[in-house]
Amino acid sequence: MNFSEVFKLSSLLCKFSPDGKYLASCVQYRLVIRDVNTLQILQLYTCLDQIQHIEWSADSLFILCAMYKRGLVQVWSLEQPEWHCRIDEGSAGLVASCWSPDGRHILNTTEFHLRITVWSLCTKSVSYIKYPKACQQGITFTRDGRYMALAERRDCKDHVSVFVCSDWQLLRHFDTETQDLAGIEWAPNGCVLAVWDTCLEYKVLLYSLDGRLLSAYCAYEWSLGVKSVAWSPSSQFLAVGSYDGKVRILNHVTWKMITEFGHPATINNPKIVVYKEAEKNPRLALGRLAFPPPRAAAGPASTTESKYEIASAPVSLQTLKPIADRANPKIGIGALAFSPDNYFLATRNDSVPNAVWIWDIQKLRLFVVLEQLSPVRFFQWDPQQPRLAICTGGGKVYLWSPAGCVSVQVPGEGDFQVLSLCWHFSGDSLALLSKDHFCLCFLETEERVGTTFGRPGDHT
Amino acid sequence: MGEWMTVTDPDLSSESKNICQYTSETKMSPSSLYSQQVLCSSIPLSKNVHSFFSAFCTEENIEQSISYLDQEQLETSRREMIGLQERDRQLQCKNRNLHQLLKNEKDEVQKLQNIIASRATQYNHDMKRKEREYNKLKERLHQLVMNKKDKKIAMEVLNYVGRADGKRGSWRTGKTEARNEDEMYKILLNDYEYRQKQILMENAELKKVLQQMKKEMISLLSPQKQKPRERADDSTGTVISDAEEDAGELSRESMWDLSCETVREQLTNSIRKQWRILKSHVEKLDNQVSKVHLEGFNDEDVISRQDHEQETEKLELEIQQCKEMIKTQQQLLQQQLATACDDDTTSLLRDCYLLEEKERLKEEWSLFKEQKKNFEKERRSFTEAAIRLGLERKAFEEERASWLKQQFLNMTTFDHQNSENMKLFSAFSGSSDRDSLTVHSRPRQKKPHGVSNGSPVCTSKLTKSLPASPSTSDFCQTRSCASEHSSINVLNITPEETKPNPVGREGTNQKWSMASRPGSQEGCHSGRSSTCTNSHVEKDDLP
Repeated sequence: MNFSEVFKLSSLLCKFSPDGKYLASCVQYRLVIRDVNTLQILQLYTCLDQIQHIEWSADSLFILCAMYKRGLVQVWSLEQPEWHCRIDEGSAGLVASCWSPDGRHILNTTEFHLRITVWSLCTKSVSYIKYPKACQQGITFTRDGRYMALAERRDCKDHVSVFVCSDWQLLRHFDTETQDLAGIEWAPNGCVLAVWDTCLEYKVLLYSLDGRLLSAYCAYEWSLGVKSVAWSPSSQFLAVGSYDGKVRILNHVTWKMITEFGHPATINNPKIVVYKEAEKNPRLALGRLAFPPPRAAAGPASTTESKYEIASAPVSLQTLKPIADRANPKIGIGALAFSPDNYFLATRNDSVPNAVWIWDIQKLRLFVVLEQLSPVRFFQWDPQQPRLAICTGGGKVYLWSPAGCVSVQVPGEGDFQVLSLCWHFSGDSLALLSKDHFCLCFLETEERVGTTFGRPGDHT
Repeated sequence: MGEWMTVTDPDLSSESKNICQYTSETKMSPSSLYSQQVLCSSIPLSKNVHSFFSAFCTEENIEQSISYLDQEQLETSRREMIGLQERDRQLQCKNRNLHQLLKNEKDEVQKLQNIIASRATQYNHDMKRKEREYNKLKERLHQLVMNKKDKKIAMEVLNYVGRADGKRGSWRTGKTEARNEDEMYKILLNDYEYRQKQILMENAELKKVLQQMKKEMISLLSPQKQKPRERADDSTGTVISDAEEDAGELSRESMWDLSCETVREQLTNSIRKQWRILKSHVEKLDNQVSKVHLEGFNDEDVISRQDHEQETEKLELEIQQCKEMIKTQQQLLQQQLATACDDDTTSLLRDCYLLEEKERLKEEWSLFKEQKKNFEKERRSFTEAAIRLGLERKAFEEERASWLKQQFLNMTTFDHQNSENMKLFSAFSGSSDRDSLTVHSRPRQKKPHGVSNGSPVCTSKLTKSLPASPSTSDFCQTRSCASEHSSINVLNITPEETKPNPVGREGTNQKWSMASRPGSQEGCHSGRSSTCTNSHVEKDDLP
């Protein structure tokens, strides 16, 4: 595991290009494009204002920078650095901006969600979509980029419009039986659209591509409902995480729940491996005969090291009592992610914030629990294999795979607090983002013979 | 030695009773005169009133009888009983309270749910109103923004880029719409087809597995064709015929589309059939195995081992069941016989026996065997004694009456006891029923001096409470004949009042308590816990 040099970053804006060749990062109003392998700066663009959002086009040829305060979007080309494009929403304001799947249209959501303007880079045409819904996840594209589903709100009712991305024609328009639609998401196979309601009402609706309602699922009434939703990569399962601390798995054949995963604070089953992060005090390291974690690689010795210890059942995890009488309480399943091979599901129960639960989807039972010393901020699966990277806002990054787990200290002069991370699409490297910096972590070293990158802090 | 005799109801036949006779041989200390408890011999209790009052003690065996009484035991057991009763009452109370609480909670929950529902509707209504207002605002804003469109909102681009796929943009026409629809349906259909393929594959695999199972089952059964054939079973015939059928089926199936409905049904039906045949065959083999050992068929050795184990398991089970049955039957039999002489008597007898054992072991161990032999004789003599007792009772009653008169004159300080004397009377009279009367026929046993009974009527009215000890003690004292051996089994007094169970269950503990001294507080604890020390229990009495 190698770490690169630390580079400047602002607003956690650091993204790999879809083809995996470039890494874009923002420093205030400048956009820096680096080569992924060498981290050399390939391009440097200057925008008109502080950048709030960057996004690569699907073919990695263009990158957009959105400046919400100014209502501006600037698009840069990698092939032709001198090419420029600027979209000014003016008084309409700008709250969100994204690419269309073909990489030639930009969808701008104006202030107050008045409308969505579809700007084309190929033609002079502009399209407007009225009444978009202001919700958590109102726009979703199919994986093949053919269709876009948009949540709308007309006459105090929720609707969904399906557009054909190639010509922006409206394909289907139907209303949903939701009280207050909170999110929509296509299944990876592009044939089913999952629609879920606000957390005040537990309702998950499944629509076919042609607008037919396939199924409606409601687990319980009155209590706070759906918090997070995730499709399995094969579209076989839909995982619904709710405020009651359970994940319910729906199957694609009957759209009925096949199992539910609870997240109790105590784990009694001895078959479940519980990894607990423990501080490794270097002073006591000599006399410490503690169970040496077989795969825990001691990170480069710096501040406090930590390692994973296997706790024996019954294990009790740290819980967090949510503040009563507040909206959006810190309970329930806040994060859900399937591994790319569909074998595992990683979840986080916000009332047990330090733990990541990994479920075996083949056997539909709990597989591993990882408990960190601080609350888990973010985790993401390796796009190629079942390997999970976790960060807790501390100076370490944690990796889990079925072979074991490891805790790695990020090297650096000062404190590098890993606030977020993102994987390279090949799974070879991992970008670790902190408030003001970022660095790259290379995971497979065999192929990196002779590569030169930032020397200080270079560790093998 | 005092003899304790209890007389049964005249309507009860004597032969059905076990009659115990208690003899006291130990000296009774004055201190033990506090209470004299005599274990009531088993009386075949009827639900009717006890009619007889038994004479417990005569003047001679007061001291003796006292020694048999274990006052403390009685007290502790009584206290225990009271405590338990109290606890039971408390728990029942608690239970009721909890039920009430639960009901209240449920009602509250229902109320809260209704409240939530009403609040939700209110909230939705308000939200809709606000949303409409908001929409109006948006429209207005939209208009404003559109007006300013020419000013600022624009896209400035150096040059337009080509499309990603290199084609040129097309106009939006009806044709394109139709094309889009087509594409959409194509995509959906592809997805469905793909899924169907997956499901078909799965089905095919499962069918293969089932067919394999079927084949294996058939092959399992076929080597047995010879043997079962000899037994001429119908199912065996079907086995063969099925095998032939199935063979044909198999070939057919492989040719047909496996998703055919009839084929599927055929497959499942034949699997079921095979399974049934296999099951019955295994059972048959089990039977065969039992014969194998006798007939020594070699072919079945292999199978008989397996079946042997099954068989042994079955046999073990059977053995267990039979054992249990025997046990239960034994118990029932015992119970039956015991209940013939009533629960009270059994328990009394048991308890008597324990106490009796103590005494006997101390003194008359050797006599015990003798007494066993003489039991029958004594039984017979008891009936005679019963008659005698009746007469004696009458005499006793007269004596008592006269004594009471004396007492009334003498006793000025024991006013309250007078009333209790009445109770005592009735207690005595009531208890007479209990003590009926298993008389131990023992040469040494004395027949209890006739304790005159009160009228049978007053027995029924007696309370469970201990007739005031002082009074009873007084009574007993002055009443020489009565005090020594007679005891009041308060519980026995009103069989219909008292719970028959405690009477019966703890019959062993039912004692006749005799207050031996005036003022004795502990005296006359109606004994539940202490057994009569004088009593002998003939083990043989218990059927």
